Amino acid sequence: MTSRRPRETAMPKPADAIVRYTYAERASHWLLVISFFLAALSGLAFFHPSLFWLTNFFGGGPWTKILHPFLGVAMALFFIALALRVWHHNVIKEADKEWLKHAGDVMAGHEERAPPAGKYNAGQKVLFWLLALCVLGLVVTGFVFWRPYFAGAFPIWLVRLATLLHAIAATGLILLIIGHIYMSLWTKGSIRAMTQGWVTRSWARSNHPAWYREVTKER
Amino acid sequence: MSSLQSLDITGRSATTTPSPSARNTTEVAKLIDISKCIGCKACQVACSEWNDLRDAIGHNVGVYDNPADLDAESWTVMRFTEYVEEDGRLEWLIRKDGCMHCADPGCLKACPSPGAIVQYSNGIVDFIEEHCIGCGSCITGCPFNVPRLSKKDNKVYKCTLCSDRVSVGLEPACVKTCPTGAITFGSKEDMKEHAAERIVDLKERGYQNAGLYDPPGVGGTHVMYVLKHADKPEIYHGLPADPSISPMVSFWKGAFKPVALAAMGLTALAGVLHYLKVGPKEPHDEPPPPGDRDA
Repeated sequence: MTSRRPRETAMPKPADAIVRYTYAERASHWLLVISFFLAALSGLAFFHPSLFWLTNFFGGGPWTKILHPFLGVAMALFFIALALRVWHHNVIKEADKEWLKHAGDVMAGHEERAPPAGKYNAGQKVLFWLLALCVLGLVVTGFVFWRPYFAGAFPIWLVRLATLLHAIAATGLILLIIGHIYMSLWTKGSIRAMTQGWVTRSWARSNHPAWYREVTKER
Repeated sequence: MSSLQSLDITGRSATTTPSPSARNTTEVAKLIDISKCIGCKACQVACSEWNDLRDAIGHNVGVYDNPADLDAESWTVMRFTEYVEEDGRLEWLIRKDGCMHCADPGCLKACPSPGAIVQYSNGIVDFIEEHCIGCGSCITGCPFNVPRLSKKDNKVYKCTLCSDRVSVGLEPACVKTCPTGAITFGSKEDMKEHAAERIVDLKERGYQNAGLYDPPGVGGTHVMYVLKHADKPEIYHGLPADPSISPMVSFWKGAFKPVALAAMGLTALAGVLHYLKVGPKEPHDEPPPPGDRDA
């Protein structure tokens, strides 16, 4: 049955399914998701008056203020935990530059025009490093204006700069995550990969051909 | 303190709709004539007494400033500076430090908590501590380094310009108590006129650079100084020459926020439109390579 189209839900795991994410990787990813949403929603509460109502999810304004920095630190730690597992798959190589030139083709549904992607395609690799940059920026700047514990140790111009850069890095991170979530919704089978851990052979072959060849030793 | 003047609010932190402003009151100002100040600190005591605040006893750090800095429980502090004039004469500059009640308050602009900072039509900028979340953004926004975060309750405090007294027609406690008349209070217009007379007097006495400190960079202030050396405000314990809200603060709280929110919304919308146009990305239905057990 070569033309079987994998359904997103309720599909039994085929006997020849390929493992994409181990339990540890999946757990690491979803802990990061939870901490990201908690940190992002508590931060957005202070970002614009129209979003202050989000403080209701965290027990009101003062509690949201108290919790947000700790939630952010938790997010950074979970990010590091996941990044340590996946960074070596995200090293940008020469072929990735060629892939990026075909990013428009890929988005238009013509992935075959781009060089075959490995475990992660060049777009995913760029996303990974931009996420790392934003998370690093958020943590470093966040400590600079974390009151009452750390802000007093820094000159006011640095506190102001850090506050602005924190808002910019947070906006960058949220935009990247919106893109990341969309890609997972667009590419059918990828949410199952991150929840159940496996992908079909045709999924691997069409989305990550070089990785498919690597893990199956097939051509 | 709690908002006592709920009908005449011209500015309210983290609020995008008009504030209740049915009532309009006269713009007031406190004028501090530094040339008349003897540094007795009666104003500090009056402030502490009226507001019923008792700061912890501090330590002598070798200068007359006592307490050494503003605090959540010390809303005004006399700043003593020994200044040597060009002709070698020593001059003791004593500045009563505290909230300047800016017309364009950086604290209010930076505050993320709706209604935690309000500005009344009389010009007073007041912290409503019960709405304060303790983030300290007001400290980041203030061009004069005035708000202080309390170690006891993690709320910020500063001079209220005795908004409670002013709202019932009284002058601030520090004004009431000043024995030399260095501090006066009234409509901002009257205070400017009074200052102008004092400046003429000071110039006659040889202080050619005497002038009024009412910095336009923050839209003017509702606490003003008469300075003998208005050309060099920094000599008065670092009083900024041309204070304004930092561009980093005004960009962060100004143009950036709506642009960032719009970018988030548009990115999500772009995803929806892309999905509708291109459709889901399913695995290709290609013939299986030899040996593929998918078949």
